[in-house]
Amino acid sequence: MTEPVVDIRGISVEFPGVKALQEVDFRLFPGEVHALMGENGAGKSTLIKALTGVHRPVAGEVLLGGERVAFAGPAQAQDAGISTVYQEVALCANLTVAENILLGREPRRFGAINGRAMRARAAELLARIGLRVDPRSTLASHPIAIRQLVAIARAVAIDARVLVLDEPTSSLDADEVAELFRIVRVLRDEGVAVLFVSHFLDQVYEIADRMTVLRNGRVVGEWTTAELGRLELVQAMLGRELGVLDELEHRPDKGRAGEPLLVAEQLGRKGAIAPFDLTIRRGEVVGLAGLLGSGRTELARLLYGADKADTGRVLVDGEPLKLRGPRAAIEAGIAFSSEDRKGEGLVADLSVRDNLILAMQAARGWARPVPRKQADELVAKYLKMLDIRPADPDALAGNLSGGNQQKLLLARWLVTRPRLLVLDEPTRGIDVGAKAQIQKLVAELAADGMAVLFISAELEEVVRVSDRVVVLRDRRVVAELSGVDLGVDDVVELIAATPGAEPEKVAS
Amino acid sequence: MSRRLLWPVLALVALLLVNVFVTPSFLSLRMQDGHLFGSLVDILRNGAPTLLIALGMTLVIATRGIDLSVGAVAAIAGAVTCTHIAAGGDPFSGMAIALALCALMGLWNGFLVSVVGVQPIIATLVLMTAGRGIAMLITEGQIITVDNPAYRQIGAGFLVLPIAILISVAALVGVALVTRRTALGLLIESVGVNPEASRLAGVRSRTIIWTVYVFVALCSGVAGLMISSNVSAADANNAGLWIEMDAILAVVIGGTSLAGGRYSLTGTLLGALIIQTLTTTVYTIGVPPEVTLVFKAVVVLAVCLLQAPALSRALAPRRKVVLP
Ligand SMILES: Nc1ncnc2c1ncn2[C@@H]1O[C@H](COP(=O)(O)OP(=O)(O)OP(=O)(O)O)[C@@H](O)[C@H]1O
Ligand SMILES: [Mg+2]
Repeated sequence: MTEPVVDIRGISVEFPGVKALQEVDFRLFPGEVHALMGENGAGKSTLIKALTGVHRPVAGEVLLGGERVAFAGPAQAQDAGISTVYQEVALCANLTVAENILLGREPRRFGAINGRAMRARAAELLARIGLRVDPRSTLASHPIAIRQLVAIARAVAIDARVLVLDEPTSSLDADEVAELFRIVRVLRDEGVAVLFVSHFLDQVYEIADRMTVLRNGRVVGEWTTAELGRLELVQAMLGRELGVLDELEHRPDKGRAGEPLLVAEQLGRKGAIAPFDLTIRRGEVVGLAGLLGSGRTELARLLYGADKADTGRVLVDGEPLKLRGPRAAIEAGIAFSSEDRKGEGLVADLSVRDNLILAMQAARGWARPVPRKQADELVAKYLKMLDIRPADPDALAGNLSGGNQQKLLLARWLVTRPRLLVLDEPTRGIDVGAKAQIQKLVAELAADGMAVLFISAELEEVVRVSDRVVVLRDRRVVAELSGVDLGVDDVVELIAATPGAEPEKVAS
Repeated sequence: MSRRLLWPVLALVALLLVNVFVTPSFLSLRMQDGHLFGSLVDILRNGAPTLLIALGMTLVIATRGIDLSVGAVAAIAGAVTCTHIAAGGDPFSGMAIALALCALMGLWNGFLVSVVGVQPIIATLVLMTAGRGIAMLITEGQIITVDNPAYRQIGAGFLVLPIAILISVAALVGVALVTRRTALGLLIESVGVNPEASRLAGVRSRTIIWTVYVFVALCSGVAGLMISSNVSAADANNAGLWIEMDAILAVVIGGTSLAGGRYSLTGTLLGALIIQTLTTTVYTIGVPPEVTLVFKAVVVLAVCLLQAPALSRALAPRRKVVLP
């Protein structure tokens, strides 16, 4: 066998109070796709950051191409041929797409940046991953999924020996994933070593040649994809078997909804979403399905008042609600968990406790602090309920692993006991076990009478948890599907149908 | 004590030691007519206005803002009060009018920042330049001197300790209690760390930002009264000149990041004391006046560098890499 291009030996990484990695060995060979697997908080991102010089290991060594390296930072790692897409997209939101892709490698003429050449080169790189956006637009104007693709475009533009992808597909649709995999295969065949992290088992089995499983910061083992079945993989990751997933297949009360809670009449916003009608009932889970850019998030934001609608109105309990902003929505019992947990969700520099009570505290006003005892009880309850790790109320939210941050954001809204919970990609970056847990939780909340609007790029998930699925295409609502045996295929058909058709009601 | 206050404390101790070395009587205090006298007391009294403004500035900076107009606002407060007294008015009503005007200016700054959305540095630059002009208009370009024993108390009076420092410390304790006992501190930090996430969580960011600008303007107003009362005069041109820089430096030395978010009032107290001790030191060790500012800058730079994450990581004891 050839020599590994990356050889990590006995590496340990510690944070105050947390042993994130303990004596981890990891090998990455040229021309292979190697999946790094593990639960939320297992240490996957930390291992990547130890490789690229973000974190300094307290023990162990990293060999790159047989030579010992200790990068002082990600820039050095990049110069040495390690190109990385980090889990939390680390780009400059106020620069243009082209600038972000070519930052530090701008084409120059007589020393000055050549704007035209830069845009042309960026357009070429975007086309390579099949993304059609204007290279001149600012990155901030795009949703998280596009930013993720831009980060990928940037990473594959570098002539690298090693390509590291930390959950690159967490908010992508099937088509974009297929496009990404096509490129990954090309690079692999050229001899690039690819390190891939994902919680989607299907994707892992599709693309990976080999996997290494981490649990609680230790290596469980290394296998080729062919020799490790799914059940064994899950067991290796969790250290136990997974039973919850099947339970959800049979939601007993599916389709039994109560009175209308929220009614949107011709609600719309120019450039975001065409006017639509939508009714959400008590105890009902409504799913939003559509491709990237179809207007799912935009619709949700209008219902919450995060953006202002310029047509139509919203009725709650039959009464018109003036949605001047999020506060008005919160007062009416509406909660919204954003898909962009880093930018619009958590307050990274505050503790887990403060983040958890933030929405509750904001609703009470500054003069009536949540009593410390109550806060501690809530924190203890929700950390346990959602299995947030480490279960330390004083840890900084920004130091939690991606999946645990996502759970914390969900918990923030659960403590406010909303009547309508709008969840935009609530399972983004969440591991298999926790995902099933969250889906089950949504079902339980609905059974208790809470209305839920559920958005996810993963269609299976939307169909599984929802009583009713609203399909969006090209920023308009095109269909509504309901029925006990609603299938993924029905939705796929509508999502992909040729545009121009009038809204239709379908019951299966 | 938290680790990030370590360097400021060391810097303060070092400065005090330099002074003791140069003037051995530096630490001595004596009681006279029920007043405490000594170099340390002078530092406290002269540092009171800076401390007060730095206190307000801490909250502004915590919300990701900055207020450059504090010196101008201080000058206006002094100008209004002295003009009022000189025209035969009562000092208390004069001070009340002055503070009301300061609150108005805080409202204006807060309006520009939180409603119009102007960058804080630009928004407050407006009043920084215009404010001195307003003060000039009020005093008609003159230095107005007053002779009013009641008014003298604020800046120059004593209740064992200088009244000015008592006011500033009381304000500091008050703010600490209000922000930490209520949820105000949490909400301010949350707005400062991530304004958009805070808005979506339902935090009234606009009200909070507005409040801190009004508060810092009131602090500046009181500080302006201290400064003018101390010399029984209002000097529109020079009262509170560069105090915004001292206040911002005090906050930064105290470990509150200009990027907003987590703030430390204890740090600000230390920062203000360092700045004032530094100014005193410059005089006691006889640094020539033309290099005073350079000297100050070097010390401030040193403290800020020591707090920089890159440097503190480099200075931290490196654990040995274990070879297999
Ligand atoms: N900067 C940090 N400070 C303190 N603790 C940290 C820091 N970064 C990570 N950790 C901790 O290290 C552990 C491993 O985190 P890591 O981000 O590597 O998990 P992960 O496997 O990538 O999980 P996920 O699937 O949720 O992304 C977690 O317990 C996390 O809380
Ligand atoms: Mg991770």
